[in-house]
Amino acid sequence: MPSPALLPPHHYLNDGYGIRSWLLTRDHKRIALLYLAAITVFFFIGGAFAVVIRLELATPIGDLVSDETYNKLFTMHGVMMVFFFLIPSIPATLGNFLIPMMIGAKDLAFPKLNLASWYIYVLGGLFTLYALIAGGVDTGWTFYTPFSTVSSTTNVIPTALGIFITGFSSILTGLNFIVTIHRMRAPGMTWFRMPLFLWSMYATSVIFVLGTPVLAITMLLVAAERLFHFGFFDPALGGDPVLFQHLFWFYSHPAVYIMVLPAMGVVSEIMAAFCRKPVFGYSAVAFSSVAIGVLGFLVWGHHLFVAGESVYAALTFSALSYLVAIPSGVKVFNWTATMYKGSIAWDTPMLYAMGFIGLFTIGGLTGLFLAAVGLDIHVHDTYFIIAHFHYIMVGGALMGYLGGLHYWWPKISGRLYNEFLAKLSAGIIFLGFNLTFFPQFILGYLGMPRRYHSYPPEFQMLNVLSSAGASILGIGYLIPMAYLMWSLRYGRVAGSNPWGAVGLEWTTTSPPPTENFAVPPVVTCDAYQYDAPVEPHVA
Amino acid sequence: MSRERIAPHPPALAHQFDDLAQQHDVATLGIWVFLATEILFFGGLFVTYLVYRRWYPEAFVAGSRALLVWAGTTNTAVLITSSLTMALGVQAAQTGQRRRLMLFLALTMALGCVFLGIKGFEYYTEYLEHHVPGLAFQFDAGQWGHAQLFFSLYFLMTGLHALHIIIGLGVLAVMLWWSYRGVITREYSNPIEVTGLYWHFIDIVWIFLFPLLYLVGRHVHG
Amino acid sequence: MAEHARRKRTHYYVVYAALMVCTYLTWQIAYFDLGAFNTVAALGIAALKALLVALFFMHVRESPRLTVVVALGGLFWLGILLTLTMTDYLTRGWMT
Repeated sequence: MPSPALLPPHHYLNDGYGIRSWLLTRDHKRIALLYLAAITVFFFIGGAFAVVIRLELATPIGDLVSDETYNKLFTMHGVMMVFFFLIPSIPATLGNFLIPMMIGAKDLAFPKLNLASWYIYVLGGLFTLYALIAGGVDTGWTFYTPFSTVSSTTNVIPTALGIFITGFSSILTGLNFIVTIHRMRAPGMTWFRMPLFLWSMYATSVIFVLGTPVLAITMLLVAAERLFHFGFFDPALGGDPVLFQHLFWFYSHPAVYIMVLPAMGVVSEIMAAFCRKPVFGYSAVAFSSVAIGVLGFLVWGHHLFVAGESVYAALTFSALSYLVAIPSGVKVFNWTATMYKGSIAWDTPMLYAMGFIGLFTIGGLTGLFLAAVGLDIHVHDTYFIIAHFHYIMVGGALMGYLGGLHYWWPKISGRLYNEFLAKLSAGIIFLGFNLTFFPQFILGYLGMPRRYHSYPPEFQMLNVLSSAGASILGIGYLIPMAYLMWSLRYGRVAGSNPWGAVGLEWTTTSPPPTENFAVPPVVTCDAYQYDAPVEPHVA
Repeated sequence: MSRERIAPHPPALAHQFDDLAQQHDVATLGIWVFLATEILFFGGLFVTYLVYRRWYPEAFVAGSRALLVWAGTTNTAVLITSSLTMALGVQAAQTGQRRRLMLFLALTMALGCVFLGIKGFEYYTEYLEHHVPGLAFQFDAGQWGHAQLFFSLYFLMTGLHALHIIIGLGVLAVMLWWSYRGVITREYSNPIEVTGLYWHFIDIVWIFLFPLLYLVGRHVHG
Repeated sequence: MAEHARRKRTHYYVVYAALMVCTYLTWQIAYFDLGAFNTVAALGIAALKALLVALFFMHVRESPRLTVVVALGGLFWLGILLTLTMTDYLTRGWMT
């Protein structure tokens, strides 16, 4: 048993103390932690709304809150979770922290812009929190017109502006990542020697940069329409509400790939490390990331099947939607093939990765159901849809995020967390998640509509199961908060490479020095060279 | 603890870069990616324009004819001239000619102000004629609700464009200050080049806005 | 070096003149009834002007290939937004 290690004497966490050294930092690693703190706050706010929703839905009558309040609850839950948690989650935390390290650079291309992105994100969040405190919004996170622009009496404009502002945080982050990956790779780090996480982040960044501006202008149009009654989306003034939906979903569909691509990148890294093998079919996985990023822009009309778009457009979007499933399938097959003849270690990150693969597959397959126009007409606006996207966003993206957090926690903090509690939480989350959302597939198929605070009594049993699952899930999310925070002070010192993984980020100390590498690395081989095994050790 | 590089590096070189060439490439790529986002940002308005121009062609003709075509044409010429002065300014920066650079930056700013002045005059005229949707809008074209869509697009698109000009003027002012203080040198002309690319892009947006807003159905008589 | 700079300036002035001529043309053409061609001409001239500004003022002609990819990529993506949205609007009246 090697003697207990010490933390390195100089690293990015003790390189300057005090609030100014954090709020005025240009270090991508510190900015990643600033983001981590902020998105965790928004996650728990969004989660709080979910708690009330599931409490209400435990009984068929709308007895806990009024219908107007219920509308506000699911709206704010969606807005917080989509725009302020899921979209920035992996990119702004793990992406910010790891991208320069994985390519062997000292920082991102534009460190000051990176800090500005965080401030912009917080500003947008404050706008939205203001809207929340001032009485909430009841339009649904999708802001469909003309209700949002004409009839709703709630705080639509501050929320729309908050999302508009936060959008720029995304755009600038994506810009930063694209330029960094193109221009700042270490000598010898060719595109096809990059870890697959970087391919995923690159594809994600392309979506950030090309999709988010359209969301921005759409939110601006909603605010302007509400203020000046321009009429773009108001039939009474000659406008078309469906135009709003085209503009909104042009971003919001690729947005779901913003949420899932980084998680897929994390899974690739975890699979390689915990099967001690290169990911099977590196090129196929890399190209699939790009394909998902591109094809994801061609399918938005499947959200409009029942909105009034033409049948021919619907058929076009339906066909394209089937296409986008292919690269996702390729990745699932390749991860599975990675396990074959691998030396598998069942540490916590691997549990989350396996959870991702299973739950994402279910969510993705149900997406194929929805790509079929006929079937979608039946289940549109029911709990089937809700189950579908929660399987991908929570079962997929969120588990990927937690897996990544656990995998790189030793690198970020220099400490190890309690493995037993971590595995326990992963199990609780998996169980709670499935109990919450699987019944919702059935409920939706049986016809229970979404966004209703009351329902026919025959649906109660499934709803009670779902609410019970939600409480278990909630506990599952709270436990990691506790042991991760505890590990910061009392966790065992991790050493530079506790997993015995291969990658540039593992060649430096944990926590890393501010400039990442004492000597700029030169890359001479492909990613995931596990041929010469490095035994896992705590240095 | 010393973190100094072995070889001394130019003061204008940021720490995350290996050399000035990389810094230049990064700056250029960065602004081009940003311009791509701007294409999509304005693009949402172009989609809206396309949809409603197809739906209400007569309203668009009527609305467009009500705009001051002399103002639009003059402003197009003004912006193109400002692009020329901007390009000459960038060249001056790259050849280290500080005074020339300052002159062309100032000229570009002046032309930008002229643009905004004419635009402001147009807006004021349109306000007096009650052609501003949301402010006692009144347009007698038989179907005023639909002409309202044209004017809404006009104000939104030119307004957003004007906002970009204002931001550009702010950036130009900073560039003028930096040139005066000697921050811009032959080796470090990135900020001017980046500003130039942004300014030319604003010009290109207007190049498309002009015919789409001012020249619809000008040939129709009566 | 100075010769190169002077040649570049000449290019700028020539492009500037072309841009002004195009502006004049697009303004004048608008007063003639050419049917659908009015729009084609207006947008075509605008595209030409944009190309001149991009190639010469923005130096796309001597830029790395990645710059061209980024610029064309942005335009192509706008094309996706326009085209796929119009598949809806252009086919709404069609019989099923």
